[in-house]
Amino acid sequence: MASVGVSPGPPAGTLAVRPRRESVSSWPLIDRFWFGLAWLTGVGLCVIAFAIVAIMLVKGIGYLNLSDFTTAPAASLQQNQSGGFSDPIIGTLIVTAIGIAIAAPVGVAIAAWLAEYGRPSWLARTVESAIEMLAGTPSVVLAIFGLAVLSQGFLGFLSEGASKGSLGESFFNAGIVMSLIALPLVVASTREGLFQLPDRLREASYALGKTRATTIRCVLLPAIRPSMASGIVLGMGRIIGDTAIITIVLGATLRNEPVNNVPVIGLLRGTGSTLTSYIFYNSPAGEGNSHEKAYAAAFVLLVIVLLLNSIVTRLTRGPRERRTAFRLPRFGAPRS
Amino acid sequence: MLRGALTSRPGRSGAARDRRAELWLGALGAAVFVLIAAMTVTVFVKAWPSFSYNGLSWFAPGAEVDQQLRAMRESAPLSGHGLLYFRAWPLVWGTLITTIAAVLLALVISTLAAIFITEFAPAPVRRVLDPVIRLLAAVPSVIYGLIGILVLAPWIEKTFISNARKHSVIFVVQLNGQNLTTATVILTVMILPIMVAITANALAAVPSSWREGSAALGVNRWRTIWRVSMRVTWPAVAAGLVLATARALGEAVMLAMVSGSSAFDANPADGVTFLFEPVRPLAATIFQEAEGLTIGPLSHTIYAIGAVLLVSAILLSLAGWATKQSLKRYGIRA
Repeated sequence: MASVGVSPGPPAGTLAVRPRRESVSSWPLIDRFWFGLAWLTGVGLCVIAFAIVAIMLVKGIGYLNLSDFTTAPAASLQQNQSGGFSDPIIGTLIVTAIGIAIAAPVGVAIAAWLAEYGRPSWLARTVESAIEMLAGTPSVVLAIFGLAVLSQGFLGFLSEGASKGSLGESFFNAGIVMSLIALPLVVASTREGLFQLPDRLREASYALGKTRATTIRCVLLPAIRPSMASGIVLGMGRIIGDTAIITIVLGATLRNEPVNNVPVIGLLRGTGSTLTSYIFYNSPAGEGNSHEKAYAAAFVLLVIVLLLNSIVTRLTRGPRERRTAFRLPRFGAPRS
Repeated sequence: MLRGALTSRPGRSGAARDRRAELWLGALGAAVFVLIAAMTVTVFVKAWPSFSYNGLSWFAPGAEVDQQLRAMRESAPLSGHGLLYFRAWPLVWGTLITTIAAVLLALVISTLAAIFITEFAPAPVRRVLDPVIRLLAAVPSVIYGLIGILVLAPWIEKTFISNARKHSVIFVVQLNGQNLTTATVILTVMILPIMVAITANALAAVPSSWREGSAALGVNRWRTIWRVSMRVTWPAVAAGLVLATARALGEAVMLAMVSGSSAFDANPADGVTFLFEPVRPLAATIFQEAEGLTIGPLSHTIYAIGAVLLVSAILLSLAGWATKQSLKRYGIRA
């Protein structure tokens, strides 16, 4: 079917190699109209994507200074005094690290339980739909829920605000809420990987007398490393791109505000900003309203996101050949 | 599957450890369920004062939403009403029209695009389209918002909003580039990738013998796709629709940037001007009012808006589950 090219009817005088019906020109007008529209949408999507990339490239590179990466933002109406976005970049790194540090192990564990144990089945089905609901919940709702829970006084060790009876806005809390939006992606990807593994792998391991837990840890999870990694990277992309949770749970202050100058913990318990909230701040909708800074930061953000995206593509495409030609992971010394 | 049968007991301690691992992992899974339940309860408890004060009129049309929100922020109740007085209709209406318009537009475009990708696109074009769809899905919403507010909105204002049009509604609302149309267009682009991907996957999974049978009967390729392939892929289209609706409903940042940010009750009776009136959906309102979470009445109202969104999201995910059941019949996993 796919080999039937779209070509005009055979030129007069030559033998008709193809039946006439297969050329578009013989179709009824209405079919040709839809066919044209299908082409238009396909090309239109490409144009939109290229336009987005082109705008970001031209404006982003035009407004980007290398010093932006090293200077902290400052509240100023003068373009040359409003600083760069070193703090937002650090903020993005911290929030992503905390979010993934929670979402990756929890997500892999839940996926392993769903795919390999799944007993009792009613609980497995409930958990499955709970994760789907989590994936469908708007991130603003997750943000206000997270804030409600994490502002409790006894969680004051996570944020300065909560310990003072105010809103619990901090890097810790933002990372915790962010882990909720990354979790469904990690679970889905890991589970998919486990489903695609051939059963003989499990059987071989059981035949050697290994328990199910050992099989998961030493055979199955090493075998689906690419699936896990792609889920984790997808989750990172989601975290990096989210603005609502940052604004509501991190506070979106212009600079990172460490508490009491305690080195690391103080920073994590304090408020701050990330690239997304910095872009919003500098867009016409925010208070900073300097579109040059917004474009520059958006360019950096887009580059990061597209890099992550290409990693996912490589992970999900490349190793698939390797996965079918199986390299059995080596058991270490026999464990008790 | 021989999984269970083949697990001969490898000694007592091993079996015990296995059981323990199962319990721990299961408990972790159950924790996610507890989390969802806790979220629903928390949001509703926090929202309750607003719902109980306003009753079902919470959803009703009323005076200006922005005035009501300002009254809560400044603790200066509107005359004749309590502090919690709130009529959300303009916000609900804004959510409904942006979501429905974007989803319908995306439905048409994504169906055509999916057909194009699976059936008609020449190999080189297909090789470009694949990363294009992934790129559109990966762009963060704040970047969509930035492009909308800095590129699309000024263009729409210059092209479609004449001074005469501005003057025609000057006593009701101020028109600018951030309006219903801008919001809908960008929202459509944002939800397209997911719908295209799901529909295209489903189309590719239709057995080729079915299409060949249709072609053998002399049906042309377009009709074959339309009458045979699309007919069996409708559950996938529905699944994509549900996911896209959930995404459109929950989109906050982009809409806060480009939809005009005034809780105006856009009026279809205004004719074409209606398309260029500002709106503000529910999620965008939460995003914009989040600074007021410390203020009692305002925070109850914000959580009430969140509760409405949460219930819609849960209903949508139930609908998604239902469409998936019918997908399984065709062996398609979405």
